[in-house]
Amino acid sequence: MTPLYFGHATLVTSVGRGKQAHLLALQERQSGLRPCDFEGRRLPTYMGMVEGLEEVSLKPSLSHFTCRNNQLALLGLQQDGFEDQVLEARRQYGAHRIGVLIGTSTAGILETEHAYQQRDPVTGRLPASFVPRGQYTQDAFSVAHFVRQYLQLTGPAVVISTACSSSAKVFATASRYIEAGLCEAVVVGGVDSLCLTTLYGFSALQLTAPGPCRPCDANREGLTIGEAAAFVLLEKAPRNGNCQATALLGYGESSDAYHMSHPHPTGQGALLSMQASLASSNLSTSDIDFIHMHGTATVANDQTEDLAIASMFQAQTPCSSTKGWTGHTLGAAGAVAVVLGDLCLQHGFLPGCLNTSKVDPTFSSQILLENQERPIRHIMSNFFGFGGNNCTLILGKP
Amino acid sequence: MKIFVHGVGVLGPGLENWETCKSLFKDQHPYDNSVTPDPMPSILPANERRRSSEIVRWSLEVAQEAVHNSQLSPKDMAPVFASSGGEVGILHKICQSLASPVPMVSPTLFHQSVHNAAAGYWSIASGSQRPSTSLACYDSSFGGGLIEAATLLAGDQEAFVLFAAYDTPAPFPLNETRPLVAPFALAFVLGKQALPMSLSMLDITLLSEPMAKATTTMTHPSLESLRLGNPAARGLPLLHTIAKSLTSSVYLDFLDNLQLRIDHQPCRPYPD
Repeated sequence: MTPLYFGHATLVTSVGRGKQAHLLALQERQSGLRPCDFEGRRLPTYMGMVEGLEEVSLKPSLSHFTCRNNQLALLGLQQDGFEDQVLEARRQYGAHRIGVLIGTSTAGILETEHAYQQRDPVTGRLPASFVPRGQYTQDAFSVAHFVRQYLQLTGPAVVISTACSSSAKVFATASRYIEAGLCEAVVVGGVDSLCLTTLYGFSALQLTAPGPCRPCDANREGLTIGEAAAFVLLEKAPRNGNCQATALLGYGESSDAYHMSHPHPTGQGALLSMQASLASSNLSTSDIDFIHMHGTATVANDQTEDLAIASMFQAQTPCSSTKGWTGHTLGAAGAVAVVLGDLCLQHGFLPGCLNTSKVDPTFSSQILLENQERPIRHIMSNFFGFGGNNCTLILGKP
Repeated sequence: MKIFVHGVGVLGPGLENWETCKSLFKDQHPYDNSVTPDPMPSILPANERRRSSEIVRWSLEVAQEAVHNSQLSPKDMAPVFASSGGEVGILHKICQSLASPVPMVSPTLFHQSVHNAAAGYWSIASGSQRPSTSLACYDSSFGGGLIEAATLLAGDQEAFVLFAAYDTPAPFPLNETRPLVAPFALAFVLGKQALPMSLSMLDITLLSEPMAKATTTMTHPSLESLRLGNPAARGLPLLHTIAKSLTSSVYLDFLDNLQLRIDHQPCRPYPD
């Protein structure tokens, strides 16, 4: 593919607001995870919650979009001067030439969960105040609708919802949009917020760890759910001539065609995705300086991901997961990992797995436990979702 | 973006498959929407079929029909599944059980709740390991899916796309937030190049406001209310154009300010 430059990027996770907070937390190895008491529910797990979201208020003309998910989206757009850069791009290209592609898994489902708690005891109906807001909150497209309206963009917009690969796949779709001439630039991103559906759902699947997640650890016990918003302005040329800007260099996508919630036991679907990403970027395994793993810290994910990586890379390339900082932010995980990868490329370091004390002895990949400081040029990032939906992105400096 | 239609599948009230849809559009029989099909796609293993959601059955049925009509292997097709509401029935059950005195979510319901559940079941049932995208775009979900399919084919990685658009009404009380008139699903097998079985060539252009034309609608009042009452049924005018082998353009609204112009050209029957 033709490289697409990061005109600008930003993120909000439980670690903090904006890139600087994340850079510090990565370098000082400070996690954003804490025991779960979401909405007063003390579930036997940890969570990565963004503090102060309730206080984020949408401007009156967009107040019908108010829900945790869009409050999180707004908080993200307001970091690192992201919206100003989009404004600049809008002047340059025209609002109708900028697309909006957002990944989410649950959008504002929390609003619907609340509405079901307030059903009329006689009629069973949902609160009248909620009914007209479903389109702007619970509906899957609502987050892209909100972002598009807030940024006053009028180009094509879609939400991609393929569970935990959602906001990785938006980068692939954005590349195709630009290649096909539908847009000059695309605001891509991922937004997923805490809700009871995912907290109880992953717990029912026995996939949540009692403590903070420990990716690749011999005694890992599962994932920690987090919430996040992350955005990238993708463009054909580097903004302000910044040739050192990070770029999307390739992508690969595949399906396991195996099981709805278990990865393929040999990581065969993951392998297809990684191979396709290298082909798309015209790079070989020796060009990859760091593999940013999906690394959710579930027993099955990390094991099959290790198998897939080891079968391709022969244990030469350092690998790690950053889920120990942010938790697994589900539909936002793609965009979050991309922006964290941007920080690693720009500041020349590799983050070793956080919370992990002993690497699973059955693993063959080179799993990093400590941070390393050194210049890197190419990162491969993996993302795997329910339904066996895989995506791999290659980031780097062209 | 030029693409070819190799196969079609349709399901809706009074529309049990592409054959009935074609004969209806060729005015060979009146539209009777009194019967809504209850699909049981044979591609799903029996145990999965029993516990599958309505939306999985509707989407896989049309996908299976389109693939069958195309005579191509589903393993070579990248699935693009477009739906506004997705698994509304499952979401209703989850929200209901989370609102109960002892909140919980069943593990099966949880993995069935993702927007890409139907696409996941499809890839498992069909064995396709090609990239699979599930998307949502409210009333423009059909258009969003068509763009995704066309841009995939414009690249050099995919030769065939299986594009399905589908939505079913949510159960009460969730339906009040999004009232749909009826369930509807359609699917196309699309490709880069003309093949012997190709039905049509589509040339798709994204238009912004100044060039916008009147939306192509359905003349029949019941079909027009279906078109407006289910996001997937926004594809009805294109189905009509394909069925009647018209050389004409279909104008499809996309979001609040854009349009897709789909220039349709029937493929010459082959062999002639």
